[in-house]
Amino acid sequence: MTTEKLDTNAAPRPNWASRIDLPVATAFGCIILLLLIGSLYSPNFLSPDYLLQQLKVGAFLGVIATGMMLVILLGQIDLSVPWAVTLGAMMASAATAYGPMGEMFAIPFGVLCGVLMGLINGIGVAYLRIPSMIITLAVNAVAQGLMVAYTGGFAPVDSASPAMRYLAAGTIAGIPNAVIVWAITGLLAVFLLGRSTFGRAIYGIGNKEAAAYLSGVPTQRVVMIAFAVCGGLAAFGGVLLAGYAGKAAQSMGDAYLLPAIAAVVLGGTSILGGRGSYIGTIAGVILITLLQSILSVMQIAEFGRQIIYGGVIIVMLLLYGREKSGR
Amino acid sequence: MTSLRYRFAEQRGMLLALAIFIIMFTLYVSNHPAGFTPNVVQTAANKGVLLALVAMAQTFVVLTAGIDLSVGMIFILANCLASYVLAGTPVMVGLGVSGVLLTGLVCGAINGLLVIYGRLQPIVITIATGAVFFGIALWIRPYPGSADDFSSGLADALTGKVFGVFPASLLFLIVLVFVVWVPFRRSVMGRAVYAVGSSEPAAYMSGVPVMRAKFTAYVLSGLFAAMGGLFMTFFTYSGEASLANGNTYTLSSIAAVVLGGVSLFGGRGSAIGAIFGALAFRAIGDLLFVFDFDPLWQPLFQGVVLLLAVSLGSARLFQVRNRLDLFT
Repeated sequence: MTTEKLDTNAAPRPNWASRIDLPVATAFGCIILLLLIGSLYSPNFLSPDYLLQQLKVGAFLGVIATGMMLVILLGQIDLSVPWAVTLGAMMASAATAYGPMGEMFAIPFGVLCGVLMGLINGIGVAYLRIPSMIITLAVNAVAQGLMVAYTGGFAPVDSASPAMRYLAAGTIAGIPNAVIVWAITGLLAVFLLGRSTFGRAIYGIGNKEAAAYLSGVPTQRVVMIAFAVCGGLAAFGGVLLAGYAGKAAQSMGDAYLLPAIAAVVLGGTSILGGRGSYIGTIAGVILITLLQSILSVMQIAEFGRQIIYGGVIIVMLLLYGREKSGR
Repeated sequence: MTSLRYRFAEQRGMLLALAIFIIMFTLYVSNHPAGFTPNVVQTAANKGVLLALVAMAQTFVVLTAGIDLSVGMIFILANCLASYVLAGTPVMVGLGVSGVLLTGLVCGAINGLLVIYGRLQPIVITIATGAVFFGIALWIRPYPGSADDFSSGLADALTGKVFGVFPASLLFLIVLVFVVWVPFRRSVMGRAVYAVGSSEPAAYMSGVPVMRAKFTAYVLSGLFAAMGGLFMTFFTYSGEASLANGNTYTLSSIAAVVLGGVSLFGGRGSAIGAIFGALAFRAIGDLLFVFDFDPLWQPLFQGVVLLLAVSLGSARLFQVRNRLDLFT
């Protein structure tokens, strides 16, 4: 997008393999470090129950961050995640209220609403060439307006369908379903990014869209679809959250925008696009979830949590998020 | 003729924002039950100036092709700090004001140093520093409130009316433009900021002090965000560490900047445009109050107007001459 980025990508990168591995390794190292620090505080931190619980909490962020990663790999950003999450949760809950038929289609309906929202973002970015930061911000505002008008400004009375509850809060053989859902989403993402033309196209566009276009990639369509998928996954995260909490709530998605971006970036994905692996995003999600959990278990006041949270992200980024010197 | 056309193209965004503002404000005033009175203008100006200051803060960084997602949090931090220090004798208040502005400078400097020497992407790093700034704000002001001996003299003077007609806050903003923005725009440093935003490698090759330009932009951004927080305290007489408010101001500042014709790709636009963008944005928001709409529809209306204005202002589809142009 900028000439600066052009430069960093044009520069020869002889040790690119180690550059990709370093962030992921550091992120996993930090996860182990966090667990060790936690276990000094209380041995419970190393118990399987606690770890599974963390994975379950992280699954919601994981699903949302997956979509965000696709968009960030393109070198774009999706700021409409907060209300895509809320939209998905509210629409799925609303559909549940329409009898058994609605209950059946609650989850697809919620996700579909998110896809539509993402599609508007995608058309704006890919075809109208509006900077993603602007169009997603505006679409977020519109979605918020729609939801406020729809619910009357209160938490909606509809509650989540049994299927949503089962998906988010149930367990199969002791493993929380939410974790399984995240695992399936993750596997699909890994396949998509590594083994499909669509995934190759995403990396290509993230590196240099003009080059991808000249190589015959339908760049505009790919960008549009990536945004639609991101919207759909955010809404799906919202559906899961609604299932977990029993119902949707106003601004339930606000707490997911920055952690989603942070998780993707901490996992080594370049915010400029074109570089990053899904395993890093998994590490980022777990890292953020653990950090939040440990800070709250240690009963550090909210202000301290914010400061440490921000500080840790800064330090980690300084460790491996740095751009190559441009000159 | 060509130079005239060039100048028009250069100011297009600002003129668009000005037009939107005039239309929206005329609609607002003509439908306001009290009409075009100094009081109505004063209230509108006070609310507008608040966002205008934060939008100016955002402008400096956006001009360097960066983005500052921590302006809202610096704003909140300054607000919370000011609610303590704007107390006691005039000397104390003066010291307090300097302290708040200094805090803003330091916050901006931290952002700048991390971006320049940490070589980190501004969008990510300012998210993180924003969390830290907000944490500090929450620390000093866990519950909304103000100092016991809060001194409202300065606050009333700056939020009142000059000669009973002209809003003082607007006057302050105009003075600020002429004392800070215009000299900055004409200085070497100002040119350097635009050059860095247009093309950093080219600026570097031309011997432009790239690092100093960026640093200046971030520091000024912190300063203006703190000024916004100071004004917030002037209006409310209190401080509140509200995460929602911080985020709203950050996002509104981006919207205002874009509405005001400042390019997010850097190097184009002006703080004056951003000011009109902010005023227009506020006028749009106020419009529904005078039209007796159900307040529930306000966010939707605001969102749709924002979507249309901002999309039209920034859609590059209508500006390309060649298909490959799309991708640059």
